[in-house]
Amino acid sequence: MSIDMSQFHQVFFEECFEGLEAMESGLLDLNTGDIDAEVINTIFRGAHSIKGGSGTFGFNEVADFTHIMETLLDQMRDGRRPVTQPAVDVLLGSVDCLRAMLTAIQSDDKVDTATVVIYKTALEIELNGSAKQSIPLESAVEEDDIETSDNEAEATEQGWFIAFSPYLDLLKTGNDPVRLFRELAELGEYTVAVNTRDIPDFDDLDPEECNLSWTLTVLGESTLEDINEIFSWVEGDCEFDIQALIKKEAKATPSVKKDKPEPSIVPVIDSLESLPASLDVVQRPSNTIPSSNIDAAEEVLVERRSGVSSSIRVDTAKIDALINIVGEVVITQSMLGLVGENFSMDQLAQLKRGLAQLERHTRDMQQSVMNIRMLPINFVFSRFPRLVHDISAKLNKKIDLKLVGESTEVDKAVVELINDPLVHLIRNSLDHGIEMPADRIAAGKPEVGTIELKAYHRGGHIVIEIIDDGRGLDKNKLISKAIEKGLINENSILNDKQAFELIFMPGLSTAESVTDISGRGVGMDVVRKNIQALGGNIEILSELGKGTIISIHLPLTLAIIDGQSVAVGEETYIVPLVSIIESVNITEDIINKVADKGETFKLRNQYIPIIRMHEIFNVQPKDKLRANEGVIVVVERQGALCGLFVDELLGPHQVVVKSLEANYRRIEGVSGATILGDGSVALILDVPGLVRLSNNRLSSTNPSL
Amino acid sequence: MAQQSDTTDINKSHYHKEQDETSQYLSFTLGNEEYGVDILSVQEIRGWEPVSRIPNVPFYEKGVVNLRGSIVPIIDLREKLHIKFTDYTLLTVVVVLQTIDNEKIRTMGVVVDSVSDVITINKAEVQNAPDFGTKVNNEFINGLISVDERMVILLNVDKLLKLEEIESLS
Repeated sequence: MSIDMSQFHQVFFEECFEGLEAMESGLLDLNTGDIDAEVINTIFRGAHSIKGGSGTFGFNEVADFTHIMETLLDQMRDGRRPVTQPAVDVLLGSVDCLRAMLTAIQSDDKVDTATVVIYKTALEIELNGSAKQSIPLESAVEEDDIETSDNEAEATEQGWFIAFSPYLDLLKTGNDPVRLFRELAELGEYTVAVNTRDIPDFDDLDPEECNLSWTLTVLGESTLEDINEIFSWVEGDCEFDIQALIKKEAKATPSVKKDKPEPSIVPVIDSLESLPASLDVVQRPSNTIPSSNIDAAEEVLVERRSGVSSSIRVDTAKIDALINIVGEVVITQSMLGLVGENFSMDQLAQLKRGLAQLERHTRDMQQSVMNIRMLPINFVFSRFPRLVHDISAKLNKKIDLKLVGESTEVDKAVVELINDPLVHLIRNSLDHGIEMPADRIAAGKPEVGTIELKAYHRGGHIVIEIIDDGRGLDKNKLISKAIEKGLINENSILNDKQAFELIFMPGLSTAESVTDISGRGVGMDVVRKNIQALGGNIEILSELGKGTIISIHLPLTLAIIDGQSVAVGEETYIVPLVSIIESVNITEDIINKVADKGETFKLRNQYIPIIRMHEIFNVQPKDKLRANEGVIVVVERQGALCGLFVDELLGPHQVVVKSLEANYRRIEGVSGATILGDGSVALILDVPGLVRLSNNRLSSTNPSL
Repeated sequence: MAQQSDTTDINKSHYHKEQDETSQYLSFTLGNEEYGVDILSVQEIRGWEPVSRIPNVPFYEKGVVNLRGSIVPIIDLREKLHIKFTDYTLLTVVVVLQTIDNEKIRTMGVVVDSVSDVITINKAEVQNAPDFGTKVNNEFINGLISVDERMVILLNVDKLLKLEEIESLS
């Protein structure tokens, strides 16, 4: 009997990716120095279930790989192994690698074995490299740990730790590592450990290649220059990293001990870096954090986004609520059925009650179905700690990312589409907003910059704010740049808000240099376009030297909106209720004209431009003689008011938004369509589009303006 | 070598013959002219019903209707082909057509005077439409065929349903 296992694959992959996400966020928590047994447990559980699942489905390479991770994590969990930064970095890298493997298997692609081997080796080095030290501690309790560390500290005088991984062709350049070591030995007491993991099979072995890498410690009074001098012979032919061994603080608390990078593990990361080079993978590691990490993180973001749409996970409570309501609907329906069977007029009250109930239940049902579509914004936010971690390491900046309001719920469609703009904005903040630590100290700010990512509900909107305490936007620089690029007139006077708006113009970048973190890919104009496409808007508040707040307002859902239906001639349009401020009856005498074209009216000391719907949509007015009698719907668009002149208000509706584009095309001034109670179609107005349409019309009818 | 390619050619042409020998077209009238569209692209035939107008689009795009929950645009074929417009009557018919555009199915209604018949035609008998110069735009026309001494103009649904980009308003 055989069961077709492939039917379970989808579920397995989903679980794996979830597990990986949990592991990643756990590892990032560890990164910040917050070591919690529960966190390690979560990471371990993630690895464990991936291992189990992949074993069951016969993905042995995944199972093998995860097994090594699991072993490492298990030792950490039992306290047999300290949690160190390098170990965490290796694990993070392995999570990425595992994700790549799973994605490849999922899409029937070939697994990138080179990367797998790199991380596998790194994990093994991590495992074995520090195992030597940890074995004696295996059964030790924490107090012993401290003691050991104290002993270690006493034994470790000042000295240097060197990770030395020559490139394959080191020997061909006439250098001999042994000679280097001999010179090192003259500096003081030195130990050397060789790493033979890279040696290929005997058949593939090229005797002229150097497949070894070493880790060395040199104790004594030698200076960095001394060591650099020795290695200057092989500069360019190897990767080497030098770390100072600092005498440890005696009487350290257990957590301090764990926080401190274990010098003996540092070389593992370095050998990990050199591995890609030796394997001819096109990656040039630079700092202690492989640069590939950032790209990997981005790829991950892209991959995850594409995976989002397949299915969603819903809170059981939401389903229960829905089932409850459906039960109520069924009861009401059978009650109404009974009433209808032998209807007599004396049952009218009962019928009406039943219908009222039905209406209420329908509304509840609609709401709870919509609720199922709502996802916490955390689905997007959870990706950013990793991004910030990797990029800040690359930029050598110290940045603390705070997430506020991660549980704020927003429609699934919004969640999917907001990711890219947010990534861009956060990268901007990281790269251009937050200054280098030295600059921050000089400016009297804390060394560690803060980026706060905040989400909350306001009205019918969700607001997402990105707040950084960086250098802020320089208004004058923006203006002069815009003038230089010919985007604005030389004499134009702009207030702060208008000046910051400039940043959204295509072709304007205030950054002096374009880096590989920002300055490529989508620009701010695209960010704004994306957000507007979602029916939202974006605003910038900034103070030079203090920081920047970017706030994004988005509608909660794209599927159902509250609207006000209005009549224009024979047509019915829907104005989204969120944009309506108020409606006023209007008569001819309160309309004022500017240059005989632009019409305004006065609303409480404010002149508001009027947009005549008849004109911009070419609709015949019902009664031409009374063209100036009607209602003005005052709407807000990005802080500015304008009045839509319509014939009549018809009433508020909750409308289901249907796409016009599915079968048709985008229409300026219209965001979609809906079906009214009588089955006819009404267009939903898009206020910003109407304003653009009206402005175009004004300028085309009066080109001299 | 040459022999081999010959046989594949023969196979190919044989295959084409089986596939393409005949096909069915739905024919309809616009005034005195008879037109045909591939029956596989016809979703349904409906009577004319009032549409919701769409602002600032070409005059032949009449508006949109609700077709069982989806919004479907209606175009007037007379006007699209620059034939004189006639008022809609109870007999005016909307042929709902489907086309695949960028791997997405698009549905669109086309207003015609009346639907006449389903005709089976032999592909080989289809003539190319003659070139009328600038007088008649024949880009939507696949060809001409005569059925019982009547001339039927076969339309290319994919081209017909491809909406032109609206030029900017100014």
